[in-house]
Amino acid sequence: MSFMPVMLWSDALVFLLLAAGIASAWYVRQREHLLLPWRRVAQSATAMVSLLVLSLFLLIGLLDTLHYRIALPEKNSGETVYTPEVLSVFDKLVEPLRTHTEKTYSAPLAVTLYAKESISDAHGSVSREYPRLRYGGAHLADAQQQDSDVLWRGLTGAMWGLLAGLLIALGGKQWLAQRGWPLRALLIATLIIATIVGMTVNLAVAYHVLGTDKVGQDVLYLSLKSIRTGLIIGTVTTLVTLPLALLLGIAAGYLRGWVDDVIQYVYTVLSSIPSVLLIAAAVLMMQVTIDTHPQWFDNSASRADLRLVFLCLILGVTSWTGLCRLLRGETLKLREMEYIQAAQAFGVSSMRILTRHIVPNVMHIVLISLVMDFSGLVLAEAVLSYVGVGVDPSMISFGTMINAARLEMGREPMVWWALASAFGFMLALVLAANLFADAVRDAFDPRLNRTEFAK
Amino acid sequence: MIAYLIRRILYALPILVGVNLLTFALFFVVNTPDDMARMQLGIKRVTPDAIEKWKQQRGYDKPLLLNSAAGGTDKITDTIFWQKSASMFALDFGYSDDGRNINREIATRMGPSMAIALPTFLIGLVAYVSFALLMTLFRATALDMAGVALCVLLMSVSGLFYIIGGQFVVSKLWHLVPISGYGGSGYDGGIGGFKFVVLPIVIGVIGGVGSSSRWYRTIFLEEIGKDYVRTARAKGLSELAVLFRHVLKNAMIPILTGVVVVIPLLFMGSLLTESFFGIPGLGSYTIDAINAQDFSVVRAMVFLGSLLYIVGLILTDISYTIVDPRVRLS
Repeated sequence: MSFMPVMLWSDALVFLLLAAGIASAWYVRQREHLLLPWRRVAQSATAMVSLLVLSLFLLIGLLDTLHYRIALPEKNSGETVYTPEVLSVFDKLVEPLRTHTEKTYSAPLAVTLYAKESISDAHGSVSREYPRLRYGGAHLADAQQQDSDVLWRGLTGAMWGLLAGLLIALGGKQWLAQRGWPLRALLIATLIIATIVGMTVNLAVAYHVLGTDKVGQDVLYLSLKSIRTGLIIGTVTTLVTLPLALLLGIAAGYLRGWVDDVIQYVYTVLSSIPSVLLIAAAVLMMQVTIDTHPQWFDNSASRADLRLVFLCLILGVTSWTGLCRLLRGETLKLREMEYIQAAQAFGVSSMRILTRHIVPNVMHIVLISLVMDFSGLVLAEAVLSYVGVGVDPSMISFGTMINAARLEMGREPMVWWALASAFGFMLALVLAANLFADAVRDAFDPRLNRTEFAK
Repeated sequence: MIAYLIRRILYALPILVGVNLLTFALFFVVNTPDDMARMQLGIKRVTPDAIEKWKQQRGYDKPLLLNSAAGGTDKITDTIFWQKSASMFALDFGYSDDGRNINREIATRMGPSMAIALPTFLIGLVAYVSFALLMTLFRATALDMAGVALCVLLMSVSGLFYIIGGQFVVSKLWHLVPISGYGGSGYDGGIGGFKFVVLPIVIGVIGGVGSSSRWYRTIFLEEIGKDYVRTARAKGLSELAVLFRHVLKNAMIPILTGVVVVIPLLFMGSLLTESFFGIPGLGSYTIDAINAQDFSVVRAMVFLGSLLYIVGLILTDISYTIVDPRVRLS
């Protein structure tokens, strides 16, 4: 089967970010003084465990970013036609989850649907029963065996996961010990994560681990797909924020005069509009543009994707003001420092002073604010999608999951798993990001007196 | 002081003009009125006549900035910009797409918004500051660490979860208060309406514990490392007296910076809370307008929001003079 790689706009931006991340990591590695605060981060157990969790999410997000389209079975004409559906490598990996859709709701690990249906048997008599699922537990002849089968599968999966985790741990132990990283915490985290993953994988082969939603889609699949959307909102937005804030903030602080006045005016205007309203207004306008120009998009995936990119753009344009203000203040302070004055006295050009002396000395503010903003953006996505100004309704995200599931709490009997999964995955992602951000801030913020808390 | 205030208000005018120009550009230049009409009437099968009629009904059939066909001052006033944007400075927001007077809607919806937002704000402020003071008092102990861990956990939970979870547990499981609604038309602030507002308020307070308490704790810890605190301890004051009489007072400036600015915005209510609890305030009004793509209402709310924000900034400056006698506005 032939396929065609597809590069959506958001994919391109993710790869750009990835390249920038790798480049800056390489740059930092060469310079001991830049590496020092990162060493402090690496010594914190919570930071490293959070980083482990985050990298797992990142891996899923990256796999989900490699998109392609499959060729349709060839018809009479010679040219190959591709399906309109855009798939990702991650979709391929978890193909059973994606394709095994049930009729409607089913509870986690269930073998039957969640509601009774009229079933007529061979004799024509109709009875109200819970119909068996098409895929969940379909290998069981008798629904009664479900409990023992779930237990058995869960246990064997956990054992395999634990075994794999132990192998990884043994392999990585030497490597970790050399670097002085928090060995025990990382090993325990690896074992726990490996066990959970092993258990989930072994169960997901035969069951819907987190149940299915209204149209019978596997909730675990939806939750895993949401990760990419959340990560993109949290990271691609910085592509807009960073240049705007860095350029304008430093220009305002260093050049002062009318440049400062203009930039201050612009960010005061932007920040005086409540951000939700500004985002809502901008997204509404974007919606009108997209709807009145259907000819721009060749399929629904690219339309949803472009809307995601625009949402990042809008979030970036509305959120650069905070960082800009910080950078302006810091630059104002720095430009009066003796070493800048010395550079000026030596006749170093303004451009060179900015790039050599100012920018490196404000980078810690940039870094801290970027990692601190990430979790807020992930949470904001859910709220905005609920309000109706978030991602495209056809795009799988935590917000759309919550939005679709929020009325299910009122059902009798209640459907709780879709909401619980969305909130659970979001909590894991945001908590890990918050803990990591705290460690980064502690390591980079020169104002924090590092002996103060030892008391 | 008076001169300072007048100057601040005059400074605020260009910012409001900027807000106005920005929203005008956003709403009328990015998309032409024709696009909006097509959007509202449905994309397919729209006749030019229907578009013209839609534009005429809503006053979008005028030139954007300059009406060269008209004479005298009408050249400027008989345009979309003047009719839709400039009139906002007189706080005249015009009519929404369904023909209601936006000013009257704002006036009637302000009350319910305040009934939720003001108690949430006041109770929240007291609760967060107390919690932060408690953590500061027990700083660097297990209690403090547990408090910080709790804060990080609470701030990592989506705000939607607090609302949905709270509604489920309190209203559906325990049947303590109605899931949503507001005291009806004859609501006079009595005990009957109380049961509707208590859950939104509690959830609002809980939702803010994480980030706010941690933020206040940072402020207090910064203060507590200063020299005057050591002096106060050295002269024999108890830790509690140091905390309440010295640290809390000196931490007022950073606290007020973050707090006073949101007071005027309380009028706007909370979008999420109001929409989930069915409270007929300005927040749910905005959400409904966003969902119905009612541009005039969204524009009015943007303008009102920034106006209130600027009022908040001025109030912040005034509050500094109250808590810190060294600050003089001139």
